Amino acid sequence: MQLILESLFNGVAIGSVLLVAALGLAIVFGLMGVINLAHGELMMLGAYSTYITQLIFKQVSFLKPFYDSYVIVAIGIAFLVSGTVGILLERTVIRRLYGSPLETLLATWGVSLILQQFVRSVPLAYGSGLVIALFFGLFSPLFISDDLLLGAKGKLIRACTWGFSALLGVATGGILSSLVSKLSRASARNVDVTAPAWMRGGIDFVGITFPKTRLLIILITVISVLVVIFFLDKTAWGIRIRAVTQNRPMSDCLGISTETVDIITFGIGSGLAGVAGVAVSLLGSVGPNVGGNYIVGCFMVVVLGGVGNLLGTILASFSIGIMTDLIGAGRLLTIWPDMPTPLYSTIDFFATTSMARVMIFALIVIFLQFRPTGMFPQKGRMVES
Amino acid sequence: MKLSKRIFAGLATASLAVTVTACGGSDSSGNFDDTVTVGILHSLSGTMAISESTLVDTEKMAIEEINAAGGVTVDGKSYKIEYIVEDGASDWPTFAEKSKKLIDQDGVPVVFGGWTSASRKAMLPVYESKDAFLYYPIQYEAQECSNNIFYTGATPNQQSEPATDFMYKRSPAAGGDFFLVGSDYVFPRTSNTITKAQVKQLGGKVVGEDYLPLGNTEVAPIISKIKVALPDGGIIVNTLNGDQNVAFFKQIQDAGITPSNGYYVMNYSIAEEEISTIGPEFLEGHYGAWNYMMSIDTPASKKFAKSFKKRWGSDRVVADPQESAYNMVYLWKQAVEDAGTFDDNAVREALVGQTFDAPQGPVEVMPNHHLSQTVRIGEINAEGGFTILEETGVVEPQAWNQKHPSSKGFACDWTDPKKGEKYRM
Repeated sequence: MQLILESLFNGVAIGSVLLVAALGLAIVFGLMGVINLAHGELMMLGAYSTYITQLIFKQVSFLKPFYDSYVIVAIGIAFLVSGTVGILLERTVIRRLYGSPLETLLATWGVSLILQQFVRSVPLAYGSGLVIALFFGLFSPLFISDDLLLGAKGKLIRACTWGFSALLGVATGGILSSLVSKLSRASARNVDVTAPAWMRGGIDFVGITFPKTRLLIILITVISVLVVIFFLDKTAWGIRIRAVTQNRPMSDCLGISTETVDIITFGIGSGLAGVAGVAVSLLGSVGPNVGGNYIVGCFMVVVLGGVGNLLGTILASFSIGIMTDLIGAGRLLTIWPDMPTPLYSTIDFFATTSMARVMIFALIVIFLQFRPTGMFPQKGRMVES
Repeated sequence: MKLSKRIFAGLATASLAVTVTACGGSDSSGNFDDTVTVGILHSLSGTMAISESTLVDTEKMAIEEINAAGGVTVDGKSYKIEYIVEDGASDWPTFAEKSKKLIDQDGVPVVFGGWTSASRKAMLPVYESKDAFLYYPIQYEAQECSNNIFYTGATPNQQSEPATDFMYKRSPAAGGDFFLVGSDYVFPRTSNTITKAQVKQLGGKVVGEDYLPLGNTEVAPIISKIKVALPDGGIIVNTLNGDQNVAFFKQIQDAGITPSNGYYVMNYSIAEEEISTIGPEFLEGHYGAWNYMMSIDTPASKKFAKSFKKRWGSDRVVADPQESAYNMVYLWKQAVEDAGTFDDNAVREALVGQTFDAPQGPVEVMPNHHLSQTVRIGEINAEGGFTILEETGVVEPQAWNQKHPSSKGFACDWTDPKKGEKYRM
């Protein structure tokens, strides 16, 4: 019983990391059909946001008493940072490539390399300044009434908001670099996010240690999934998004601004990548390559679950998680120690982390032979098909 | 017009980049009769840049020190050392390519370079076919002995063997069972084969081993395995690489695998540099084994640390790989001076038997192109350094490990033409 519980918990813990990482992709790739290879790098930006938030909470005197809760703040900041960069990516690159998946794939791969090199060679303080400038530049027109944005006067006002945002960005960069010396130099070195004391260690319950960071990641995942489901099912914009994914020209005819829908969908998908970045920063170190380690797993989950289906993504990630634990930790050997020798040695052979990965990939390939569209294929008529 | 302007700008940047990478550091001062240019080949970009750039810094410092003391004297003429730094870019074929460039195009008499075993294996055929000489400064799995490489890092019998012995006999978990964790590539696998043979000889038991694919940070299955295999604590031998250590130590601490619960980790890839990135709060109470530790309390060690900080910044640390890199530059200088020429074959002959008062203590070049060195076991402390617990005498290197089943009874001796790379003792 204890063993089953422990195995289940481990499976859910591994699965929830996969799920939170793949959730954004499930929206971007699943709903919009955009193969975004820069998804991992948007996660990396989220992880770096956590690092920067942590340093700010450590250094700024009036924030120090709230140091223990910096992770919660970091989740919001990471969402905004990755979302902003995602929207910029959508506006500049992906918008021009809708309907040509191969070009999107190559372009986003290029973007992922640019983002990796960016965090290596730009001081993080100025990097944050740039993101802040982009944030205000992109979003401030939303708060200015529409008739002010028309005509020549509108152009001037837009230029003014960008100028103001740029100033704000430069100021942020300057303040951050003078405040936190670690952020003022560019470095390719991996950095480290330290969880506050209350999140370290584990909770002992019925003889099993539940690591607190794992519990927090599961919590983040559950909340993100619930919010996404609520958003897609219950809000007006969620319904519009689903309408556009199902039939773009018809939605357009009915007066839905498909362009706005694209921006919102991509922004939310990217923002969720940022939230995933916070989660993975609690597990390992934060570096330019952190996202690249997760991207294959993300696509695997989305494809296995069935493109365009959130429930599929959820089930796929938990089944991969549980399989990883079952095979990788050699659970069967513990449950049934005196199984026949050939079977024992086969299972023992796969009971290492590397071989478990091989085994899981093989199983997924076999599964997709029989169900090429994943666990839950999209039902109903699609325009593309 | 616009286009040609762009092309011109592109060309200008490209040529600028070429000059930047190609030109070495040199300040033309002092009175030298001539100059000699050596090659430095480490990764300055990519995943290994973090570690390897520290070696470039150390080698530059050693060369500057030698120049300040009058350079290399060959045949009564004093030579100023200049260097060409090439970037291996964390890509193993690039290491081979850049080696060819340094040897053929720049005609350097010696190359200081490499970190990972994979990069060394990629460079080895180049140096052997051109009969050139590579100086390699990292502790490694041995099972190799080339006439064209000089290895200044520790072999397993100068690091892991004394460490295993300490863990089994004298650590707080003495007599306990072993669990071996490593990254999935050649060094951890070879090192663990040796450890398994040694634990068996000592009468202990290895109850499990697992390897994490490079880049993977999901250690939950490994933690479950450790808890099943070592329910009441024991010895964990860790050969994980770089950043994977961060994930490993963060997560084992949360899972209750800590020194206070009776789990002690012996690390072969965590030096002062890595402790500061992982954070001493995760590592305190665990162990490391090296030839050099920054906390060695001798004038030579203190001088080394002090000059490095003075040259590169007070927040910098020195660690074992850097010390090896420092030693090899000095040993090359001594060998050249003894040989009286920069010619490879003469220098190679003069190299064997060279001694040097290194920061770690005296070292000597043995006939198998490795160094005899001192081994130290340290406990990681809250300040991010090692508290040195014990020190062996000078240990002779074994290029062919005597505990590994495939190399037992073999040795290497390049001073005797009949023995060479691998002969039966």
